[in-house]
Amino acid sequence: MSDLKSGSNLEKVLKAGHFAFTGECGPPRGANVEHFTEKLSHLKGNVDAVNITDNQTAVARMSSLAASHIAIHEGLEPNFQMVCRDRNRLAMISDILGAHALGIRNMLCLSGDHQTFGNCPEAKNVHDIDSMQLIRMVTQMRDEGVFLDGDDIDLPPKLFVGAASNPFADPFEYRVYRLKNKINAGADFIQTQCIYNMEKFREFMKMVVDMGLHEKCYILAGVTPMKNAGMANYMKKFVPGMEIPDALIKRLKGVEKAAQPEEGIRFALEQVEEFKEMEGVAGVHMMAIEWEHKVPEIAERAGMLPRPSV
Amino acid sequence: MIVADSKPLQEILAMVREYKKILIVGCKGCVTVCNVGGAKEVEVLRASLMIDGKKEGSPPDIDTMVIERQCDNEYVETLRDNIDAYDAVLSMACGVGPQFLSEAYPEQKFFPAVNTSFYGGAVAHGIWEERCAGCGTCIIHYFDGLCPVARCAKSLLHGPCGGSADGICEVSKETVCIWDTIVKKKIAQGRIEDLFVLQEPRDWRTARDGGPRRSIRETLAE
Ligand code: SF4
Repeated sequence: MSDLKSGSNLEKVLKAGHFAFTGECGPPRGANVEHFTEKLSHLKGNVDAVNITDNQTAVARMSSLAASHIAIHEGLEPNFQMVCRDRNRLAMISDILGAHALGIRNMLCLSGDHQTFGNCPEAKNVHDIDSMQLIRMVTQMRDEGVFLDGDDIDLPPKLFVGAASNPFADPFEYRVYRLKNKINAGADFIQTQCIYNMEKFREFMKMVVDMGLHEKCYILAGVTPMKNAGMANYMKKFVPGMEIPDALIKRLKGVEKAAQPEEGIRFALEQVEEFKEMEGVAGVHMMAIEWEHKVPEIAERAGMLPRPSV
Repeated sequence: MIVADSKPLQEILAMVREYKKILIVGCKGCVTVCNVGGAKEVEVLRASLMIDGKKEGSPPDIDTMVIERQCDNEYVETLRDNIDAYDAVLSMACGVGPQFLSEAYPEQKFFPAVNTSFYGGAVAHGIWEERCAGCGTCIIHYFDGLCPVARCAKSLLHGPCGGSADGICEVSKETVCIWDTIVKKKIAQGRIEDLFVLQEPRDWRTARDGGPRRSIRETLAE
């Protein structure tokens, strides 16, 4: 077991060769712990780890660090997200050390949505280091036991370090190289942006496999089930870096309104089936946004239960 | 050059309405080039303040002048003989101007008439864009002369982020994703490997983060 980087459940599941299944849960827009733990309860036992988002969409919320700690308390393993928008390197280092001290063992390094999208559009944006440099910094802290200035860390934080990849942003032909850069920087696992355009994702994964990147890093395919055609339309129009094929919107519109959620879930389940077989894909990251109560059903129908205990 | 925009007239009025004798000082440097604080703009501002003053029933007494550069004490000195004749001075230079004036004339009151925005240039008639962040350590040789520190909304050194679409930045439809441009240029030149270099965290001390900066040219500074 000593060759484990953090010994997190997610790491062990992936290392043992199981098809991983991670979830996502946003901290509350307030100090309402009950609301958050209620959402978390639907994920418990149904995912290997749950991403705790960090002021997602640049809307200020309960801190991802505090919420990750609450998740541990609730019996879930958090994947603590950290964006480069809100913290300089000092704040990052102290939160990384604090995260380890609180029992957090996974961390996801992100640039962060631009603050102008959120509820503090007037805010200063930090971007002292970028996500690539954050990956390097935290893995260096873990593996070499040193701070940026080379000073020793008194008990280095052991975190399993993840990064995001969006195969649907432009330029498409460069996305695989950016992924490669993240792996070279030290990423242990990757969670992709929500996938809807399967054809493009297949093409992307083919490049990943051809370059052998899947052997250096675990790649989890991102899935967000559509609740209805309206959500699909909205995401197509307003969410940066999202690619929603018209065929999917048509498919959702093709059924009655009341049946659209089921149709969205069916599409997601078809995706999971394909990912299970797709070369280079090590698991699925299920982002059922504000639909946490559906996760048990989705996990069950996707054949993801019971989750392996390692 | 330094690019600035006019302050809204109401804002300027709120600053100087109470003063009866006002001097408006333009600058022949950058603000003349970007049409915001040169000879023409000085007169336009004077006229606007006069119209307002007349409406209010007490038109102020306003003089104007345009000096070579407000960021140069040699030219700032040219104000010395008459400066005490005014209740207030409006500077139409970039943010440097009012400060040089204020430091040279501690007894006088100075107000800015423009919002100083960025280092850039005109990309079309009447349109200026930012190009440099003045971070003090130029690294654009890694990016074919294009600066992601100034031009990427997230100052990424390893872009483009997941929001880049069709060459446009996620933050604004008006803004090019500079990372898209950098990547495409590297691909076109067959030098994509250049972008596989992991950039070290930057030393921001040479930027504003290290405190106000100073530049000393030994050969010139006795
Ligand atoms: S879209 Fe391009 S320019 Fe805009 S933040 Fe992302 S990488 Fe930077």
